[in-house]
Amino acid sequence: MKVPVTLDVNGVAYPLELEPATTLLYAVREGVGLTGAKEGCDDSECGACMMLLDGQPVNSCSYLAVQADGREVTTVEGLADGDELSPLQRAFLEHGGVQCGFCTPGMLVSATALLAAEPRPTEDEVRIALSGNLCRCTGYDGIVNAVLEVSGTS
Amino acid sequence: MTSSFVSATGVDEALSALAGGARPVAGGTDLVVGARQGKTPLPESLVAIHGLDELRGASASDRSLRLGALVTHAEIAAHPVVCERLTALADASSIVGSHATRAQGTLGGNLMNASPAMEVGGPLIVFGADVTLRSGAGERQVAVADLATGPGTTVAEPAELLTEVEIPLPPEGTGSAYVRLEYRRQMEIAVVGATAAVTIAGGRVAWAGVAITALAPTIKLVPDAEEALIGSDGGAAAVGEAARATAAAAEPISDVRASADYRRAMAEVVARRVVSAAVARARGETVAVPASSTLFAGGAS
Repeated sequence: MKVPVTLDVNGVAYPLELEPATTLLYAVREGVGLTGAKEGCDDSECGACMMLLDGQPVNSCSYLAVQADGREVTTVEGLADGDELSPLQRAFLEHGGVQCGFCTPGMLVSATALLAAEPRPTEDEVRIALSGNLCRCTGYDGIVNAVLEVSGTS
Repeated sequence: MTSSFVSATGVDEALSALAGGARPVAGGTDLVVGARQGKTPLPESLVAIHGLDELRGASASDRSLRLGALVTHAEIAAHPVVCERLTALADASSIVGSHATRAQGTLGGNLMNASPAMEVGGPLIVFGADVTLRSGAGERQVAVADLATGPGTTVAEPAELLTEVEIPLPPEGTGSAYVRLEYRRQMEIAVVGATAAVTIAGGRVAWAGVAITALAPTIKLVPDAEEALIGSDGGAAAVGEAARATAAAAEPISDVRASADYRRAMAEVVARRVVSAAVARARGETVAVPASSTLFAGGAS
């Protein structure tokens, strides 16, 4: 059984026909064609698949795409304004918050959600907010410093 | 593999689907994760209830706080009545999963998943909360303490939907806390957890509630710990006795996260800290939410 679903991803409506068990991550990567969000662990542990759903963070590997019908989905591709990187993206580059890059889309989306909810987080709040996102390269300091710089608390 | 899906637009539609054999999905944080891990395949027939606004509200009276089944952990943790009067629930809700889990995961789903390690169960049981289970045939109230029958199982019939949780507000002079032993600060669930609430009147503990989490097949109250506290001054001797009683009530298992012996040893430590925090809050002292981070960050004995 396929279900008609319209995914509103980064402000663009994509009509899709999906099996009910299709995850939001799979629908966005394979159906929409936006491959910024990554499949890491595929069970909500690593955060590489993080998206925003109606502005709230969601592990898209573990959310049914049919439940996102008609709702607002934001992926890492939606953070930049055209070719202009968001301040957070620029700060990640400046602080060495990116090495292999696999975790970066999820980190950026989680950090975006944090700053929307708490514009001036403490370092501890940043570390807690990002501890659902695993990075095996950077040691996290560059990432945390990038978020703190954008929040103006570094 | 799921072959039938409907997104309910009203509670009655959802109840009809349940009566027809569908299983409900709201935030999906347990259901979909369980399927991705291969633990439990997705149900053959699903009814999505995330759009049911009538299950989303929170309303407080002088006597109780009512939370709809779709209220998220993030919303609970931020609710002023929870923060002021039901602090143990604030401790618990604010450490469920991750920011993403708390934004999507619902109270109703968490309770019906019936994990003996769920964070919010202990506080709800200690405060004497009830749930409403509704089906096409009517509705009934069940104490949260009686809802789970074992890991992953409840007294609810397949056609029943948890629609609301009602939490009585404890009297003035009550302090409460929930503490868990954790290995990671997000995407974690209690290795060992405990909840305590005490009401102090005239310098004496007039009422106490203590519950253990991840230490038995279901979250359960520890009457011996409560008796050790009631009538005492809430001092170190009484707290120590309550902690020992808590550890004695534990029936832990060994699994990938901890051995039974380690859990039993930590039960007393966690209980001592959580009762101390509840007493401190009852006396008007500040123990920052979440108490787990405050008490385990270093130096606490």
